[in-house]
Amino acid sequence: MIYITSEPLNPQEVTNMVCKNTNGAVITFLGTTRDFSEGRDVLYLEYEAYQPMAENMLAQIVEEVREKWGIEDIAIAHRVGKLKIGEISLVVAMASPHRKEAFEASQYAMDRIKTIVPIWKKEVFQGGEAWIGDQEDEATAPAH
Amino acid sequence: MKVTVRFFALYRERAGVSQTEIELPEGTTPEELLIRLRSIYTSLPLSDSVLIAVNSEYVLPEAPLHEGDEVAFIPPVSGGVA
Repeated sequence: MIYITSEPLNPQEVTNMVCKNTNGAVITFLGTTRDFSEGRDVLYLEYEAYQPMAENMLAQIVEEVREKWGIEDIAIAHRVGKLKIGEISLVVAMASPHRKEAFEASQYAMDRIKTIVPIWKKEVFQGGEAWIGDQEDEATAPAH
Repeated sequence: MKVTVRFFALYRERAGVSQTEIELPEGTTPEELLIRLRSIYTSLPLSDSVLIAVNSEYVLPEAPLHEGDEVAFIPPVSGGVA
């Protein structure tokens, strides 16, 4: 189960999607928005997705996890739009019979999300804003 | 042939548009389109190694485009991970 939404994420709801009696290990990872980045006081963040492709890539990651670890029970929810500091931007819930596979697969899924899923993050801070992930520092004029 | 070009995040802001339609000779490749876009949108920071997607799938820069394709140049992604 994967989804991208502009509504606040509910970690329990995402976790419930992977809980089954055959699973002894459930790991739920939360990505949250930080207030301090590279010396800047961040006011809020904006996430933008290329939505159909982002959903395709999340589905591909689910399939990769299935192939590598045989894990069927994975749920990923990604928030987009404007997020305040301390809000949840990402929930990844992974469940398997034993914990080792669930931890490994969680780490793998997070790395892949960061690499192939077309979702971008802009930090708006005191005195400017910057898209994160750019090689060059893209700090620009003050936010309006 | 006509293709749709989509811009996201930094590229959208630099291009000043989120998408545009562009007329190209049959068989044009994404890397040829890239050169064309650089001359149209001079402040677009498109590097030669930029990731390219056609119809929501990553493709190689030399794979020919087709009529009606949706081409996206993918800025470096950051995702929601700490």
